[in-house]
Amino acid sequence: MAEEVKLFGMWASPFSRRIEVALKLKGIQYEYIEEDLSNKSPSLLKYNPVHKKIPVLLHKGKPVAESLVILEYIDETWKHNPILPADPYERAMARFWAKFLDEKLWPAAKKVALSKGEEHNGLIEEIQEHLKTLESELKEKKFFGGESLGFVDIAADIIFWLLVVQETLGLDILTEDKFPGLHEWYHRLLDDAVFKECVSMERLLASFKVRFGALTASK
Amino acid sequence: MAEEVKLFGTWASPFSRRIEVALKLKGVQFEYIEENLSNKSPALLKYNPVHKKIPVLVHNGKPVAESLVILEYIDETWKHNPILPTDPYEKAMARFWAKYMDDKLWPAATKVVVSKGEEQKAVIEEIQEQLKTLESELKEKKFFGGESLGFVDIAANIIVFLLVAQEALGLMEILTEEKFPVLHEWYQRLVDDAVFKECVPPRERHLGFFKARFGSSTASK
Repeated sequence: MAEEVKLFGMWASPFSRRIEVALKLKGIQYEYIEEDLSNKSPSLLKYNPVHKKIPVLLHKGKPVAESLVILEYIDETWKHNPILPADPYERAMARFWAKFLDEKLWPAAKKVALSKGEEHNGLIEEIQEHLKTLESELKEKKFFGGESLGFVDIAADIIFWLLVVQETLGLDILTEDKFPGLHEWYHRLLDDAVFKECVSMERLLASFKVRFGALTASK
Repeated sequence: MAEEVKLFGTWASPFSRRIEVALKLKGVQFEYIEENLSNKSPALLKYNPVHKKIPVLVHNGKPVAESLVILEYIDETWKHNPILPTDPYEKAMARFWAKYMDDKLWPAATKVVVSKGEEQKAVIEEIQEQLKTLESELKEKKFFGGESLGFVDIAANIIVFLLVAQEALGLMEILTEEKFPVLHEWYQRLVDDAVFKECVPPRERHLGFFKARFGSSTASK
């Protein structure tokens, strides 16, 4: 059965990359459309009129927006290689942690990327509190999803953006000594066959240095 | 099998009330614990150490936090009288709109009660844009969920709170019948629903709550 799957995304967005990871994990063929966010395509505006944002998944002409909503749609539509657990309690935990990443970690990471000089201090501590929480949630597990990469690991791709920001701005936020568990976890993720196809630290670093490099000059 | 279901909540929180609606819709017996948010119980802090917030559902000793996460847990655990659709696309739409309530409408609603003058006017316009969006999503349907009250209707209980706030604070009329005829009808239908009406905060007490907390901020208009 020919499926038509399209993904409207942006290469430097962790939210967009999440969808690519999920589609690739399930071996779903899709057409990728790279959006220029300063000049959004009529298609994007048609398929996500409410938020006008990427990512948007189009399946047989029907659009789904909001990355975590898209991930759940993918998992329910293509049921092999599940990314969410089957048990309702475990599913609730996965949803809780994905939400935590989007509502707590991401806003703080964004703020630190946009802040300059002394304003860093309170933010770094805040981020480290969130990382401590994640570190103790991860515990002895290989991935947040257990033995294999799952919903929370995909949502936690934001941590890579944090790593890029931290390197670009010369900050010590997520270090091996402070967060040994998370440190091991993200190396494991960078080694993962599917994940490494979807997240290029080098490309992000190069782009961030251009965008934020000027901020470090004034420290 | 004896189930033990507890809900830690507060009477004036729409997020807490959402869970009561879902549990009652499914006829799930539960023990309700009213929290004092200025003096949180050790149990709440134990069950939601990450956010220390209500609502928290504790099922057979295991806690679930975050109202939309709890709603999905309830729907997957007690499968009768479903609140989410079964079709994956319809489910995605329901999740999208519930998120919209929490990510867009709720922040604007909390801003409108504390802002004044020009700033408040701007927030009111913002809310009305959002209500326009919801009005056109609702269209000819009885409920956002279709024929019966569902996930999005439960999440949209924020609108009930907005209406009480609007009345308590004598604000410019945000949601009126003439501006939003469809939402107005929907709202009447919601508060008439046998289960939903049991879960709405008592009106006078709720009006008093808004007046006491936010009343003075509207005086300087």
